[in-house]
Amino acid sequence: MFIEQLVNGLTLGSTYALIALGYTMVYGIIQLINFAHGEIYMFGAFAGLLLVSVFGVNIFIALIGAMLFCMLLGMLIERVAYRPIRGKSSRLSALISAIGVSIFLSTLMALFRGTNTTRYPEIITIHTYHLGSLDLSSLQIIILVVSALLMVGLQLMIHKTRMGKAMRACSQDLDAASLMGINANRIISYTFAIGSALAAAGGVMVGIYYNAVWPYMGMMAGLKAFSAAVLGGIGSIPGAMIGGLTLGVLEILGVAYLSSSYKDAIAFGILILVLILRPQGIMGKKITKKV
Amino acid sequence: MVMDAVLSQYIDAYYLHIMVLIGINIILALGLNITTGVTGQLSMGHAGFMSIGAYTAAIMSIHLGMPFWAALLGGATAAAGFGFLLGLPTLRLEGDYLAMVTIGFAEIIRVFFLNFEPGGKAVGLSGIPEHTTFSLVWLLAIIVIVLNVKLLNSRIGRSFYAIRENEIAAEAAGINTTRLKVLSFMVGSFLAGLGGGLYAHYMTYIAPQDFGFMKSIEFLNMVVLGGMGSIPGTILGTVVLTIAPEMLRIVAEYRLLFYGGMLVLLMIFRPNGLLGDVRWYDIKKRWFGKEVKTWES
Repeated sequence: MFIEQLVNGLTLGSTYALIALGYTMVYGIIQLINFAHGEIYMFGAFAGLLLVSVFGVNIFIALIGAMLFCMLLGMLIERVAYRPIRGKSSRLSALISAIGVSIFLSTLMALFRGTNTTRYPEIITIHTYHLGSLDLSSLQIIILVVSALLMVGLQLMIHKTRMGKAMRACSQDLDAASLMGINANRIISYTFAIGSALAAAGGVMVGIYYNAVWPYMGMMAGLKAFSAAVLGGIGSIPGAMIGGLTLGVLEILGVAYLSSSYKDAIAFGILILVLILRPQGIMGKKITKKV
Repeated sequence: MVMDAVLSQYIDAYYLHIMVLIGINIILALGLNITTGVTGQLSMGHAGFMSIGAYTAAIMSIHLGMPFWAALLGGATAAAGFGFLLGLPTLRLEGDYLAMVTIGFAEIIRVFFLNFEPGGKAVGLSGIPEHTTFSLVWLLAIIVIVLNVKLLNSRIGRSFYAIRENEIAAEAAGINTTRLKVLSFMVGSFLAGLGGGLYAHYMTYIAPQDFGFMKSIEFLNMVVLGGMGSIPGTILGTVVLTIAPEMLRIVAEYRLLFYGGMLVLLMIFRPNGLLGDVRWYDIKKRWFGKEVKTWES
């Protein structure tokens, strides 16, 4: 029973981790809580749904298609709503603009599709494997493996490629990085693209796993993923992964052993506790104020 | 009161209704203006504090049989108390955590009221005595406006502006930033609770879904549209955004799309809102003031 809940928690947590990575990467570079990130995740889920139900592709093609679509969407949002504000106005303005984008996108989808949930068509036959007392569905295995692959790929990209190096430089000091000849605007754009692609992957997999997508799904998932990012230490990439998995496990265990009506409250309770006890999170460094 | 009886004879009930709503919204929006507009701490759970005030006041009048003024005060104080509890850990930190924490908090409050037995759970609470009248709302609104002007011109108000403009510089100038940020958040929550109590006793019926996330966004829009940190601006924003959905069908239909787009466009083209930082003081000086040059200016 406990092991099974743990696996359920890790499955849910790996999708939180995928979304949290986008928050943490963007925050690491431009210190903006990209509020519209949850909506990108929602658009990813719908793009996957479109590909599966209209074009009848298999789950992996749908995943890649949704990721590509959300890459473009993420870059577009950054170009239209954040770049004109950056450097000109306060961080508060950027945050409010992000909230505006979030509301705009979720309402737009609600106008297109209505506010009801849509079911994903059956695209893979789900086998259940019995390992001792543990029941593991093939869908859970797909989610865990795909998330793990994406996270390993991200780590390799950040640490082994030229662009990854530029991204790390930008997150340390944006101005110094641009003085060293890095095109900071392009790096910020890439960061949005990569974060959005990861969120889209999370969206498609959550849509298939829970068999439901709806226009306002991004809000709650985004908030929880943000809590996960803070729990792991915002700005830290390994932190987002650990935070996401921890939050998923804690949430599932909380539902299993405490009460299910306060399911959504667990993440926020954790967020507030982390902010009181250890604001830098599990992996984060203590922030020193710079004048 | 006499005035209400007279007014209801001469003014159409529908217009009177809208004007009462404007008055209540002005109190609520001025609360958010202090926290977000003046002090620069983005609070996104204003409707959550409003619901605390509304439920507390309603329960005090229905179940405890308290007089109206005590219920209003109780609701506002309860909201301010929660503001303190939430603000203290969050506002100690650098950064934009308050926005996320307040959203989460408002959501928890909504879920709590959905499961709250004395509040009627999801059905809501009905049969609240109707005490809120036009003259009372506007009397309170005027008191709130005057106190707001006084507050923002005081030492504390200037410290609020200083924190928004540059927190580090404010701290260096000897301002206890944490204390003042928490204070501004509490004042905002207090006014939210007061507005909530008035709303409950005007509508006579409240339910958890009246105080969702989009309600908070509505108040944010009122503050942002008119001008962050400006009292005349906030009043203008409130009036426009309360009337627009009633008068224009297209606005009502695509309300949320319009709100979202408006926030983005305003932040790009007029980040300080239409009347950004216009104060009564400046208006008075421009129109009625005799120019007195001192060495300062």
